[in-house]
Amino acid sequence: MAAPTRLSLGDRGQRIGLRLITKVGSLPVLGNPDVRRTVESLLYRGSKGAFGAIEAASRRPFPSRAGHGDPGRSAPARQRHEFDLTPSEDQELIRSAAARLADDVIRPAGARADAERSVPEAVRRAAAELGLSLIGVPSELGGIAEERSAVTTALVLEELARGDLGIATALLAPAAVATALANYGSSAQQATYLPALLSESAPARASLALMEQGPLFDPLSPTTTGAIRGSDLVVNGAKTLVVGAADADVLIISALVDGAPRLVLVEAGTRGVTVADDPAMGIRAACTGRIALDDVVVPATNLLGTTEDHLDAVRRARLAWSAAACGTAQAALDQLIPYVLTREAFGEPIAHRQAVAFTVADIAIELAGLRLVVWRAASRLDQGKHAARLIAHARQLTAAHAAQIGSHAVQLLGGHGFVKEFDNERWYRDLRGAGVLEGVLLT
Amino acid sequence: MINLEVPRKFIPLLGRARAFADEVMRPISRKYDRAEHAYPVELDLVSAVIDGLTDAGAGHGAGVAATRTKDGSARSAVAAAGSDRKALRRKENRNGANLSSVLSVMETCRGDVGLALSIPRQGLGNAAIAAVATEEQKARYGKRWAAMAITEPEAGSDSGAIRTTAVKDGPDYVLNGEKIFVTGGERAELVVVWATLDGSLGKGAIKSFVVERTNPGLGLVRLEHKLGIRASDTAAFHLDNCRVPASDLLGDPGISTETGFGGAMATFDNTRPLVAAMAVGLSRACLDTTTGLLAQRGIGVDWDRPPLGQSAAAARLAALEAEYEAAYLLTMRAAWMADNGRPNSMEASMAKAKAGRTCVDIALSCVELAGPTGYAETELLEKWARDAKILDIFEGTQQIQLLVVARRLLGLSSVDLK
Repeated sequence: MAAPTRLSLGDRGQRIGLRLITKVGSLPVLGNPDVRRTVESLLYRGSKGAFGAIEAASRRPFPSRAGHGDPGRSAPARQRHEFDLTPSEDQELIRSAAARLADDVIRPAGARADAERSVPEAVRRAAAELGLSLIGVPSELGGIAEERSAVTTALVLEELARGDLGIATALLAPAAVATALANYGSSAQQATYLPALLSESAPARASLALMEQGPLFDPLSPTTTGAIRGSDLVVNGAKTLVVGAADADVLIISALVDGAPRLVLVEAGTRGVTVADDPAMGIRAACTGRIALDDVVVPATNLLGTTEDHLDAVRRARLAWSAAACGTAQAALDQLIPYVLTREAFGEPIAHRQAVAFTVADIAIELAGLRLVVWRAASRLDQGKHAARLIAHARQLTAAHAAQIGSHAVQLLGGHGFVKEFDNERWYRDLRGAGVLEGVLLT
Repeated sequence: MINLEVPRKFIPLLGRARAFADEVMRPISRKYDRAEHAYPVELDLVSAVIDGLTDAGAGHGAGVAATRTKDGSARSAVAAAGSDRKALRRKENRNGANLSSVLSVMETCRGDVGLALSIPRQGLGNAAIAAVATEEQKARYGKRWAAMAITEPEAGSDSGAIRTTAVKDGPDYVLNGEKIFVTGGERAELVVVWATLDGSLGKGAIKSFVVERTNPGLGLVRLEHKLGIRASDTAAFHLDNCRVPASDLLGDPGISTETGFGGAMATFDNTRPLVAAMAVGLSRACLDTTTGLLAQRGIGVDWDRPPLGQSAAAARLAALEAEYEAAYLLTMRAAWMADNGRPNSMEASMAKAKAGRTCVDIALSCVELAGPTGYAETELLEKWARDAKILDIFEGTQQIQLLVVARRLLGLSSVDLK
């Protein structure tokens, strides 16, 4: 067990700022003095946090820590009253970094990661260097969020999923747990788990496990139960399609407690927790597994947040899947345009046929509509406005159109789309999942 | 900073438009659906209200295109647009007349699309003038009601194939030909007529001319009987040696393959988001009414539960609302781009394509969801379902919008992608 290295928040902010500079230093956007100022503020952010981040000492267990005072929360974003589709300069900066990671690292690894059902270590390292797990965590808890922003997270998710949905899911699953702790956790829960999750050298693996088997699964009515016995909570049930289940150190599961759904922190090493493989149609790089919980006893203080927080997590997860679907659908569109312009049939490019060209147009239209709905839902979340209805719309459009886009992306290539010569068959499998899966990611 | 809510500064205006739709339009919707070709005099009685809306930027006519350049639809358009160059600087986000227009059109068309098309001085011809006229012409025509005459018996979607001719004769042009499907043609004061200066020179020779409705060379042939929007008059004209002053040729009189037809086509960059907005407004009317009717049967959508676990009617309603939202935001995007001086031809067509097909689907689905109540004339749902179809047709059919979108996405010309 390595001696813990304490980093002051100032050090930490500086590191992240430097990392971003390294990643995006060559981008023209840095020529803009406003953007440079943003980066500078990342570099010089003061050290005012409650505790320093700690390098992960070991994978498990998590020594319980007392928190100080009120739990840290990222502040909601400032309200604006104009219609605007321009990302802020901070958002553009972070998105550019994510886009570069997607293009240079994630996309090239997609096919193999899917086949091997694992994310190459080099990809994990590159993502960790970018500080991706910090995105939803406020700076006083060791993250980089100046203010809570579902929009920023949606932009990053889209870029990463444009690289590969399975890899993006695997990379961001622990970040979702960190975000949930930041948003719903007590100061003690934050102090116990966040440092390990935010560690740079060996971040803890974690997953937000809401799904259960059964047709018409409804995350608001989990069959997993948590019974309070004195100061303990006894959990029984099973979770399916848990991302990275076999390697997870800590899970956030959902369970019915006193008749209402709640989130519960369960360390993977707890007695009664067993893991089985649970591969799916897509997101195979995320290596999904089943978690069985048989009379698992955890402290009642492991209840995370309230029933409303559980609902908030369900909503934010659905929105995250929709944001990710935009990225994967964009990857398909970006590939299809040059393909139909160069593939010839009957003596001319197939793009010259309306049946083909209109399909490409429909993909672009439905994708643009989905993205706008995702952005509106995310910006409403950031403004503290009611967003349930918008998120339901994003979910509906994802279930209908993202899957259809995946199908078109295979269809336009014919047999070539069906074989693993291109990425299209993987997008088909992944895009079906985006409107079906629950939990895992958070905006 | 990304924010897709209605701009706060437009909320009072939209409240007035909504009240106008509820208090003036809805009560007379059925009356003028039955009394096709009768002039809705109620619209005159409240003309002060309408002009107030117009002056506040709610009109979908003359004020709309203030931020558009005349060559906004050019293929290789640079992202700079004349007077709005400033808006391109990132921090100067602009919410202007295009956004307020689509928003208020949504409200009035939630009231009644046919009546909205009959509001004086708000014709599609006004948008055409705003799109391509010189400043002097805009000042001259700005306050008058203008209809739009493009389609001919032998040239519909293929507006480059029109046969109406314009021949220079001294200080005038002399127009000859047939025009059909002129919305508001009987009631407007002006008709913007598309004609070719030389049929052998192709699209670059097509120009638009402002013709006084009282011009003796402009003869009204008939008014059409239609499936829907029956409150709006749809005219056919015969142009017989119709003489117009050369100063009534809109924009540049020169024939150029680069900008000529593109200039006239720039009209559509302005009018397509407006028609998309009409479709969005009509969709909203259908959804609100159907939601109310289903609620009487105890059926509503739970937005947090998976739709497939709810009743089929609730799941259907949830799906329609989602498509509505996509159409609404695509329309807002197209208008916002115009406000900010960004070329928006593709986005305007995306909005029109999505909103047009979505409103037909929503309107027909809502009749189905409401059953006999939806099909009977006791509710307005059946009327809205009839009105809806034109919105996927005029200002470019669904198929034309897909062609525009596909050509731009794929970088193909009309020669390659027919």
